[in-house]
Amino acid sequence: MNDTPENSNGNSEKEFVIVIRKMHKWYGQFHVLKDINLNVERGEKIVICGPSGSGKSTLIRCINRLEEHQDGEIIVDGTELTNDLKNVEVVRREVGMVFQHFNLFPHLTVLDNCTLAPIWVRKEPREQAEVTAMEYLERVKIPDQASKFPGQLSGGQQQRVAIARSLCMKPRVMLFDEPTSALDPEMIKEVLDVMIELATEGMTMLCVTHEMGFAKTVADRVIFMDEGEIIEQNKPQEFFDNPQHDRTKLFLSQILNH
Amino acid sequence: MNQFIYKPGEHPDLPPPSNTVGPIAWVRANLLSSPTNIVLSVLSIWFLYEIIPATLEWAFLDAAFTGESRDECRAKAGGACWAFIGERFNLFTYGFYPADERWRIDLTFFLLCLALIPVLWDRCPLRKFGLYFACAFPFIAGWLLLGGFGLTPVDTDEFGGFMLTLVIGVTGISFSLPIGILLALGRQSNLPIVRVFSVGFIEFFRGVPLITLLFVASTMLNYFLPKGTTFDLLLRVLIMVTLFASAYMAEVIRGGLQALPRGQYEAADAMGLKYWTSMRLIILPQALKISIPGIVNTFIGLYKDTTLVIIIGLLDPLGVGRASLADTKWTGLSNEMYLFVAIFFFISCFGMSRYSLYLEKKLATGHER
Ligand SMILES: Nc1ncnc2c1ncn2[C@@H]1O[C@H](COP(=O)(O)OP(=O)(O)O)[C@@H](O)[C@H]1O
Ligand SMILES: [Mg+2]
Repeated sequence: MNDTPENSNGNSEKEFVIVIRKMHKWYGQFHVLKDINLNVERGEKIVICGPSGSGKSTLIRCINRLEEHQDGEIIVDGTELTNDLKNVEVVRREVGMVFQHFNLFPHLTVLDNCTLAPIWVRKEPREQAEVTAMEYLERVKIPDQASKFPGQLSGGQQQRVAIARSLCMKPRVMLFDEPTSALDPEMIKEVLDVMIELATEGMTMLCVTHEMGFAKTVADRVIFMDEGEIIEQNKPQEFFDNPQHDRTKLFLSQILNH
Repeated sequence: MNQFIYKPGEHPDLPPPSNTVGPIAWVRANLLSSPTNIVLSVLSIWFLYEIIPATLEWAFLDAAFTGESRDECRAKAGGACWAFIGERFNLFTYGFYPADERWRIDLTFFLLCLALIPVLWDRCPLRKFGLYFACAFPFIAGWLLLGGFGLTPVDTDEFGGFMLTLVIGVTGISFSLPIGILLALGRQSNLPIVRVFSVGFIEFFRGVPLITLLFVASTMLNYFLPKGTTFDLLLRVLIMVTLFASAYMAEVIRGGLQALPRGQYEAADAMGLKYWTSMRLIILPQALKISIPGIVNTFIGLYKDTTLVIIIGLLDPLGVGRASLADTKWTGLSNEMYLFVAIFFFISCFGMSRYSLYLEKKLATGHER
């Protein structure tokens, strides 16, 4: 655990894309995130795992302010998340997010889904946005579906469109919230392949996922959360072979042995 | 029925059995499928047999289409006396609008149809210019109908008949939709003042009968307004009808907004879209699509509620009709009058209803569960 960047100090903040310090969050009286400290280096791939309800989604949703934290600080690419809407906009422009249930816009074609944010947030001309969108659709291997509506695609295809849609904004960080857990088994691989390719290209990624194979091949660091706390974090090799904490051992035995 | 045996993987596509397609199969499946169904079919056919010939007889075969009075009609035929409608047709259509100026109403109606084309038909050529024209239409219509700026001024007291229905209906429909959208969004707003205002507005206007609002418009407003201000009665009615329909519209649209999965709002937020952009491009197109049946329902309700203005002395088609029945030449012809007015309303409302079905089909994108 000692060699994780988390222990380096705040004065060299520049190299971290995400800095979270002493962050707490409550839902009403319910203390859902407790004293979260996390620094993410540029290009780092982090996998977050933990039992259901442990606050994984809440944590990554705090990073693009889909949820508000009440204490501590979150700094994304040098911008601190506060009530200032300007800052929130700046951060959201740089952070892409992929959801469990895809959340594509069903009334727009695949291509329009991809060009919407570049056109309206980045103010790109439509032609240019469409060229970029086609490039990314090419990369997730569904350029031929560009003029279809999301409802006409399979789950795996929809999730790949969702990834392409986020990439079209050229984000510095990508957040994934259980991107494969709503998919049928035969479609999981096609989505993971896209994510692995993205990882090899050097994208900074935070993935909530239970795909331990993915964690082993791609992650620089695995974080284990339980009841709103970061219990343990380590390189994947160490994390799986030599878990320190009892709760981690229990969790790993549950997901690996069935 | 097919005796051939095919090897696994080699079974060809075969046509369906002949007793499951064609007209006889249709009758069997739809009219005679069960004892209850047979009874219902027989009863319906008997009912139609009783109703249709009698109606045709009264309305057409034994009807009088010309004549100067009810008695002349009766002398000619025992059924309907359409001569009455014929003589009063202009009154039904234009109200008391000066006869020399009626071309202005015709022109306005023509322009209305012209303005509706680009609004209702998304593949209309030059749609962009058409939409600009549609936005300008209310001002052109106001000028044509009221006069001034070179046209003879006409007082709104002289408005009446179907023309009055259309003025109130079209105004109410075109303003209640945007106001309703704003109220529905306001009701969901994070800003407490906006939310309280929207809820208060909606609950107030939905909680009182339209008739009381019309009475307030016609009489009580005079107490509140500063002395000496004149404030056109028709304008007051238009405002009340619009606000009343807006409250209903807001609730219909709120239903649509709530039917959207939270993920749609979140995806829009996560992309960094601003509030109004995400409403305009993501949320409202979907919410309005879901709400189409409710929206059209509200439109139709509003349109038919325009007949209530008779209570405060405006002469809509029913008002014109009642006034005409008071004429001794034509007393007792209320069947003809009400049927005629009913047909007018039915055509308009049925049109709206069919258009909404067309729109629902057109907007389907394979996402429906
Ligand atoms: N909007 C909310 N209001 C109240 N409690 C919530 C809300 N969202 C999540 N929670 C609770 O917070 C906890 C953490 O949720 P979540 O971050 O979604 O967990 P995970 O993604 O790890 O399964 C859960 O106990 C959940 O019930
Ligand atoms: Mg979750």
